[in-house]
Amino acid sequence: MGRYRNVSFLAAAIFLQILGLAVQVKRSSENQPSRLIRVWAVSAITPPEKALVRVQNGASDIWHNYFYLRGVRQENRELREQIEQLQLDQVRLKQDADQAHRLQMLLGFKEQFISKTLAAQVIGSSGSEQSRTVYIDKGSRDGIQLEMAVISAAGVVGRVINVFKSTSQVLLINDQQSGVGAILEQSRLQGVLKGKSSGELVIDKIMADEEVKPGDRVLTSGGDQIFPKGLIVGTVDKIEKGPEFLQVSVKPTAALNRLEEVLVIVRKEEREPPSTATGMRASDILAERLPSVPDKPAVPANVPGSAARGAIPTNGVRTHPVAPGGASQTAGQAKAPAGAGSTAAKPITPVPGSASGSTGAPGSKPATPSSNSAAAPNAKSSPTNSKPVANTTPSQPQPNPPGDTPQ
Amino acid sequence: MALTYTPREQIEVYRFSLPVTIIVPVLAVFLQAFLPLRFPFFSIFDLPLLVVIFFAMARRSQVAGLVTGAAIGLLQDSLTHQPIGLYGIAKTVVGYGASSLGVKLDVESVGTRFLVITAFDVIHEVIYFSIAHGMVRLNLHWNWAHELESALANAILGVFLFALMDRLKDRA
Repeated sequence: MGRYRNVSFLAAAIFLQILGLAVQVKRSSENQPSRLIRVWAVSAITPPEKALVRVQNGASDIWHNYFYLRGVRQENRELREQIEQLQLDQVRLKQDADQAHRLQMLLGFKEQFISKTLAAQVIGSSGSEQSRTVYIDKGSRDGIQLEMAVISAAGVVGRVINVFKSTSQVLLINDQQSGVGAILEQSRLQGVLKGKSSGELVIDKIMADEEVKPGDRVLTSGGDQIFPKGLIVGTVDKIEKGPEFLQVSVKPTAALNRLEEVLVIVRKEEREPPSTATGMRASDILAERLPSVPDKPAVPANVPGSAARGAIPTNGVRTHPVAPGGASQTAGQAKAPAGAGSTAAKPITPVPGSASGSTGAPGSKPATPSSNSAAAPNAKSSPTNSKPVANTTPSQPQPNPPGDTPQ
Repeated sequence: MALTYTPREQIEVYRFSLPVTIIVPVLAVFLQAFLPLRFPFFSIFDLPLLVVIFFAMARRSQVAGLVTGAAIGLLQDSLTHQPIGLYGIAKTVVGYGASSLGVKLDVESVGTRFLVITAFDVIHEVIYFSIAHGMVRLNLHWNWAHELESALANAILGVFLFALMDRLKDRA
């Protein structure tokens, strides 16, 4: 018996571990049986990681804030110029956003707002190429819960899959067990973004006859009920055509293998966008922009002031063009800040065209039945489907433009 | 790179102090989890595996080798989101195999260490993939080029690391 002692030990050790594996695989709540072991391991490994990250950040801060200030004046000048340029851009974008908000109100559209985020530091990883997860320095006592979305300034990062007291484990979007409801910005095709074992990101199950172009931005569709709609995930890198489906490779915008700080979305709300036009109804504003029967001029044409109303030409048709498709198309043209950085602090403006994006309205076509089903939970917020916008607008009362004399 | 057979009576058996036995494996797992975030290329290495091979070959006891392998593997498993036991089983087998080899071969030379680490790295990956695919139904993609690259990188690092860790050995 002594001859087989070592082999027996080996067999016993392997048998016990296989048994443990089988139990974990069999139970659907995989984390429960092994929870205690994980807590011990994480408790042993993460405190030194936290300490090391703090020391590293402290040293980096001292260096950057006190010693390495070369080129700061030049950088300051450049940043001032950049601010001026951005302020100009902001004015233009605000107008577009206001218009989009008004039209969304008209459509009864509900936006998803990120109402609270929590900044966290990435302190460690799983250390395995087969498990693309990272640990952050915030846990249950900071309000982190399972399935919370994690983003960075550059884009979507992942979701929380394990919460400990002072740390949490985040499954990155490029892990093969991850899945994100995604929509292509240009083609409006929807699908599920998945990771491969090599760490690549792909959207599969898009029919081979669909047209997808490299460089097209990939945004969250909101269909997974985890990530709010409109966050940028990546750009289309390459497309491989299969007999039935396209294999769309996506390059993530967030540096998933070099993460330092992330934001955990701890609270999101769904509400109607805020009205920006004081005292004006959205329908009034829309009606103002639609072609309509001209008002009878109350004052003679040569009276100063009436000339200023150049928006109504002599043929009586206003010069603001409304494209076919009416409100939804106009909403679709609204510029949306898709970067996560801008959305983290502000309400998420929907994806261009996404006022009807995931609701099944025109402009959003599901790629396949399977991808459609992935986005199906989102279909509940679809008041837009039933609103015949184009039909209702002509019957809107024509408001008296400012400056006009009431008749 | 000559492999030399050493008679059993000439083989030296080493042991390690308790702090070294605990701290070195934990440090290996810690560095494996921490360094890839700062240096993404580091994910190609498997420091815990190198530590398992080193301890197993130095102790030359199969039971000690498999226990070391199982403990380090399970610790590594618990940091992932996969079921616990994948690395555990793979490293148990590697620990047993490395200590068995340590009994028969002179594993002190650089050449032997290089070959042994390369071989055990590939064996480790084969076992991991087999269990992950067969039992856990993970859809892993086997890439020979990547695995060989990883094995060679680990072997090069292991040669230097083993030389460093030789200083921690106490003669039994």
